[in-house]
Amino acid sequence: MSVAVRVIPCLDVDAGRVVKGVNFVDLRDAGDPVELAAAYGQAGADEVIFLDITASSSDRATTFDIVRRTAEQVFIPLTVGGGVRTTDDVDMLLRSGADKVGINTAGLTNPQLITDASRRFGDQCIVLSVDVRRSVTSPSGFEATTHGGRQSSGRDALEWIIEAAERGAGEVLLNSMDADGTKDGYDLELIKAVRSAISIPVIASGGAGRLTDFVPAIEAGADAVLAASVFHFGELSISEVKDEIRSHGYPVR
Amino acid sequence: MADIVVLDYGSGNVRSVQRALQNTGSSVEVTIDPDRALQADGLVVPGVGAFAACVAGIENVNGARIIGQRLAGGRPVLGICVGMQVLFEGSTEHASGAVHQGLGEWPGVVDQLTAPVLPHMGWNNVRVAHGSDMFAGVEDERFYFVHSFAARTWTLHPEEPFPAPKVSWANHGDDFVAAVENGPLWATQFHPEKSGDAGLQLLANWVKTLG
Repeated sequence: MSVAVRVIPCLDVDAGRVVKGVNFVDLRDAGDPVELAAAYGQAGADEVIFLDITASSSDRATTFDIVRRTAEQVFIPLTVGGGVRTTDDVDMLLRSGADKVGINTAGLTNPQLITDASRRFGDQCIVLSVDVRRSVTSPSGFEATTHGGRQSSGRDALEWIIEAAERGAGEVLLNSMDADGTKDGYDLELIKAVRSAISIPVIASGGAGRLTDFVPAIEAGADAVLAASVFHFGELSISEVKDEIRSHGYPVR
Repeated sequence: MADIVVLDYGSGNVRSVQRALQNTGSSVEVTIDPDRALQADGLVVPGVGAFAACVAGIENVNGARIIGQRLAGGRPVLGICVGMQVLFEGSTEHASGAVHQGLGEWPGVVDQLTAPVLPHMGWNNVRVAHGSDMFAGVEDERFYFVHSFAARTWTLHPEEPFPAPKVSWANHGDDFVAAVENGPLWATQFHPEKSGDAGLQLLANWVKTLG
């Protein structure tokens, strides 16, 4: 009897619409994040993550509306990240119905944001989202990047994750920019390095392509496994992934 | 139709609790109006965040008195997550070696779990108390937990003629109290409003007791 490994689909949302296309059967509107979140909830997803990639601040109100409508219909945890810069941004998302809020770039430029947000709202709802790439110049071999992996932060990823956990982040969404989009499997060395450095839960992200990719991430220490396109395009189902994890002796819901 | 009030003392995400309860066919109001909170068929005490902040928020809206009056009259109250923890005598969370005072409906102090990974975040199973009404039909389901602190002991064992509380347990590093059915006072350490269909069924089981 122990806590189940979580299987989490991630949806990229731009101005209230899911991008990167989603190929789900039986959806009235495959671009509606609310309907997709509900479909994933029915399919057995343990959580849903919205990554808000809306560029224009005038469209942010749309995000709050999406979050509100999702929370009204989908009774599993919802994490929302992307563009969170202030504790008031966190507050707005939580009030809209998000259970957890991801902080990424703004945490790197202003680490106090992690401290302030976790004190104000509780550790359990602050997720450190970090886009990591391998770097020979970083002491751990991993560097934290900003702006979706396009810019170097100059910070060692492991050092930053340890600091953010000390500042009160309740969970790490660990996204490998090297593995992201390759469908070649998660970056297992990265997961192992982070798992041994901190005691908060780790969500492995980036690289899931085959059914056999998930168990190695769990063996490396991930508490949850995230994937996007393999779920959205129906290449793998949530229940297939759970069956695979269960068959290796790990608990799933 | 059951008439339910969710105590709106500043805790986050009361909307999910409201919508999940509406899903059971109940009428649900989120308010701090003491008359409404006293008269409703059922009162929900939610709780997200730090223990001391939740207790302060409840005190600010006279919540302790409202809960006490309801229980004295046998009127159902449901505590969720930190809304369950505040029912104990206190908590060591952020208390620097001391204990923050709780509402003291139950003996015992809420303490940090000792598991290697904290918070305990995710879906876990529950060792359901014998004869539980709360878990009827969902005894074998997993529920969604998010917490680092919990009641690791249960010491209330009333003598006859009072019925024994039904205490259900879960484990994350340590055994801890996952849910309690104690007359009109029920509580869950997990979030039924975030526990999918199983959570909705559990809430429906509570609504059935509101009569």
